[in-house]
Amino acid sequence: MGQLIYLKDVVTLKLDQKKCMGCGMCLLVCPHAVLGLTNGKVEIVGRDACMECGACVRNCPAEALQVRSGVGCAVAVINAMLGRKNSSCCCVIDLEEKSVDPCEGSTDESRASCC
Amino acid sequence: MHYTIDPGLYALGNPSKQSPVLVTANYKMSFDKLREALPGRDMWILVLDTKGINVWCASGKGTFGTAELVNRIESSGISQIVLHRELVLPQLSGPGVSAHHVKKLSGFKVIYGPVRATDLPTFLDNGFKATSEMRLKTFTTWERAELIPIELVGNLKAGMIVIPIFFLFTLLGKSGEGWTNTLGHGLFSILGMLTALLSGAVLTPLLLPWLPGRAFSVKGLSLGILFTIILSAFGWGDWITRTGRIEILAWLFLIPAVSAYLAMNFTGASTYTSLSGVRKEMRWALPIEVGAGMVGFILWFGAPYIA
Repeated sequence: MGQLIYLKDVVTLKLDQKKCMGCGMCLLVCPHAVLGLTNGKVEIVGRDACMECGACVRNCPAEALQVRSGVGCAVAVINAMLGRKNSSCCCVIDLEEKSVDPCEGSTDESRASCC
Repeated sequence: MHYTIDPGLYALGNPSKQSPVLVTANYKMSFDKLREALPGRDMWILVLDTKGINVWCASGKGTFGTAELVNRIESSGISQIVLHRELVLPQLSGPGVSAHHVKKLSGFKVIYGPVRATDLPTFLDNGFKATSEMRLKTFTTWERAELIPIELVGNLKAGMIVIPIFFLFTLLGKSGEGWTNTLGHGLFSILGMLTALLSGAVLTPLLLPWLPGRAFSVKGLSLGILFTIILSAFGWGDWITRTGRIEILAWLFLIPAVSAYLAMNFTGASTYTSLSGVRKEMRWALPIEVGAGMVGFILWFGAPYIA
């Protein structure tokens, strides 16, 4: 069984190769092998596998990467639409589409189901 | 709050000034998994205050983040305890921690370890090198199976409300048909709802890679349709009457709709869905699920009157 891939051509990941210094930090933090390093420059090799966690962006010292990061959780999106901040689901998404709050206020095991 | 452990520095075995420092969350299970993965090793464990939440969740939220790490390095006095200036972090803390900022603010170099704690011994023995396999967050059949009880409990809570409502409506709408018939309808509606639950919250997660489509709703929908067909073929012999046929039609809407909705909600538990993708799926899937559910309910409730 190969890698699981979600929807195609939706991911907001962007790479500015001119800024890339080829340090390879993004490759280390990416949990889905989205990025590859060839001839000292990073390139996106598995765009559709990206889950927009934002790890690569945060660990890029050259600010060469960009993504609208968040948690891909339908319940959190519904909660955001309904204006609920806390619910049985742990993930909370701001309507601003920017910051994401997984696990808000949840201390029981249900957190594992969402994050 | 017994899922939480106190943040701070812990000694595993008999660590020295040269021993590696591992960083983790103060969710008890994260801490325990880390300890259990390293039997007989001497090292330091720096526990961050993530409000009792696991590493990946907390890093997405930012509580397992640069600021907390830098503060904890300071307050734990780790720089006086070890001679080196390296910290091993779980790879999945990457969304919250900025390695170059930590270096700038604390002088400590962040080394990202493997995704799974169980790979740590190999990682440490290979000179802090993770293989590409160790860097991948998987979603194996077993990992999906482990999530099912949590999914089920959450959905059964909702089911406790929905199922009695269906039963009540059966009593209201079909009481003209005599008690035995009414009870039969009521029980069948419970069976229908449980089928949807089984399809959307148990079998879709379990069979995820093998179900058609990429969108979770499509996976849940196809399994829901399959189950409705099986149910209507074997479940009951109501094909003869017009009311019966409308009811079958109703369940053909209801079960796939609920199954698709529950499957869609499994995106939150999955390890590979992006927010952009989930939004895109929901834009078409949610209206269809709600619409089909409503059509199904109207058909189901109205069957005796339409016929």
